Amino acid sequence: MNNDGNTGEDVVGWPRAEIARNIALDIPDGSIVNLGIGIPEMVAACIPQDREVIFHSENGLLGMGPPPAAGQEDPELINAGKRHVTAIPGASYFHHADSFVMIRGGHIDICVLGAMQVSQSGDLANWSMGSKDAAPAVGGAMDLVAGVDNILVATKHCTRKGQPKLVKSCTYPLTGVGVVRRIYTDLAIIDVTEQSLEVVQLAPGIDLAYVQQRTEAELTMAAIPDARQSAST
Amino acid sequence: MINKQYETPADAVADIFDGATVLIGGFGAAGSPIELIHALIDQGASDLVVVNNNTGSGHVGLAALIEQGRVAKMICSFPRTAGSTVFPDKYQAGEIDLELVPQGTLAERIRAGGAGIPAFYTPTSVGTELAEGKETRTFGEREYVMEYGLTADFALIKCSQADRLGNLVYYKTARNFSPVMAMAAKTTIVQADSIVAAGDIDPEVVITPAVFVNRVVEISEPMQESAMVASSVSYP
Repeated sequence: MNNDGNTGEDVVGWPRAEIARNIALDIPDGSIVNLGIGIPEMVAACIPQDREVIFHSENGLLGMGPPPAAGQEDPELINAGKRHVTAIPGASYFHHADSFVMIRGGHIDICVLGAMQVSQSGDLANWSMGSKDAAPAVGGAMDLVAGVDNILVATKHCTRKGQPKLVKSCTYPLTGVGVVRRIYTDLAIIDVTEQSLEVVQLAPGIDLAYVQQRTEAELTMAAIPDARQSAST
Repeated sequence: MINKQYETPADAVADIFDGATVLIGGFGAAGSPIELIHALIDQGASDLVVVNNNTGSGHVGLAALIEQGRVAKMICSFPRTAGSTVFPDKYQAGEIDLELVPQGTLAERIRAGGAGIPAFYTPTSVGTELAEGKETRTFGEREYVMEYGLTADFALIKCSQADRLGNLVYYKTARNFSPVMAMAAKTTIVQADSIVAAGDIDPEVVITPAVFVNRVVEISEPMQESAMVASSVSYP
């Protein structure tokens, strides 16, 4: 796989902001959404103006707003990534057990997470590289994938070293088994189906062979490419 | 007459003993009861088992307690954050134990402990290494992992306002784990930005009812962990 010396620094494909925009366009009006750290965080700013989407943060905030202006930060108003945020009109605060009642109890519609690896059956690995001497850290990732029905992954298609992240079977410790519904990379948008990883859209100028060369798992092309439907319907 | 008010943080934490399990509120720097933790450092108890979502940052608060060698074991979901070096270094050196718990499972274990529920089943972590060795059971079509409720000897938490009976309200995302921790400890010790008379907090807005609180100490201008870390303050 990927033995062409590619470093993963693809100049082709969608940049990070475009990956976030692709996800935002798939989030329906009225959704309650939890965003992970990295590219997922960028989704909030990309939601179309005519949609009302409410963001949940694990640390006890429903109705998370954009970052505050410089000088307006409140050290006691942060998100799950420990960054300063604001609360929108209509927001609510609650304790951690209630926050995870929302997650585990199926009250959050969509969660967007980063990934180290996704397997062709939708297993997600995104919390540990399995190193024995570094302190492992899991946070809320396992609760989110167990409790939120619609798990979307936002990731670069390959690692910085050019290794494929979409694999036959994850080699890193799992976050959850068979939990991922749709994967958004710089090269393609890919559904996890019963049969395969199915490409529903390719980045401009990219063909299936190019993506397959950078993917360990087997890809198929959706019957009607470029006419993708929302993952959340 | 009931009066849970203590004059100083030192008075409030004086009886925390070696080997105690201590729940400490806060998520990152938000809601961290810095003055109570510093009083615990001064007080000297060691071999503590501490439950917190993280492990503190910089060299103040929880990170300082760990740095002083007073914590034998951490139970947490995310032991490393930006600016957190004390715990990761001690862990790598084999000087501290870690029980890693998914964040929602940690919150629910504390809630269950406080609610008199010894154990419960959750879908979180099924099929992962964090479920290894744990009992599982199938309900309907789905597999669940059994997790135990978590109780403690003490809880140290921060709130924005308390009354003399121990009713509490919190401020924004500083609330996080504190209400469930207050329920799960034999002795819950609270630092409040202000203490008001009974009746001054509208019963409709009380978040932690007084029954869960044992001691309240007023810290009218609490130090901010994030500001102390930013200016490289160390404690003691």
